[in-house]
Amino acid sequence: MAESSIAIRFFASLRERLGTGEERLPAEGIACVRDLREQLRQRSDEWAELLSDDWVLTAVNQTMAREETPVNPGDEVAFFPPVTGG
Amino acid sequence: MIRIQSEALATEPVLATLESDAPAVGAVCSFTGLARDLGDQSGVQSLFLEHYPGMTEAAIQAVVDEAAQRWNIHRTEVVHRVGEIQAGERIVFVGVSSRHRQDAFEACQFIMDYLKTRAPFWKKEITADGHGEWVEQKTSDREAAQRWSESDGL
Repeated sequence: MAESSIAIRFFASLRERLGTGEERLPAEGIACVRDLREQLRQRSDEWAELLSDDWVLTAVNQTMAREETPVNPGDEVAFFPPVTGG
Repeated sequence: MIRIQSEALATEPVLATLESDAPAVGAVCSFTGLARDLGDQSGVQSLFLEHYPGMTEAAIQAVVDEAAQRWNIHRTEVVHRVGEIQAGERIVFVGVSSRHRQDAFEACQFIMDYLKTRAPFWKKEITADGHGEWVEQKTSDREAAQRWSESDGL
């Protein structure tokens, strides 16, 4: 099961507003970050708005990623707001 | 060494580690960040710091590695707190030792500027009435980090 799915994580304000911190999705039909994001944005107006391209940052396997970064079964993809540490 | 911890941040032992390499090093420069009572909101009583375990450490290590390429530095110590932090407490410590002060000064500032824009931490301000607001990334923080790439013409 783990090999055919993608682990998705949400952090900070995104986690709170979406009401979820992590989930798994079937990897089928998802080749890159853009595919995954578009699939998640279909869920509702709120998901569509919160996952709009210009605001949210993405990491694949804990490395900063772009829209075209490949996503493979077993990967971990994280979505989060701009960082505010220090 | 990079440490992410929820417990209080004691700077003395970290400074002692940095100084322990003397006399091979001649300079130790450090920055300590404290939780203010005034941020995006006034009357901030505490902060809540969230991070991305694994990625946060790796992102800071990448910044430290980049600093080591640019400056002649001997040792770097980065400690960052997560979880609940009361106003007035220490949030972050960056310390660098080097043979000469200029390398230590510049590397310390570089690491701090890049940590603020690259390491996955998110800060929520909590006021006395329990109201929490996520802090927005500051343009001034982005500009502080960008300075370092412009100065190289990169």
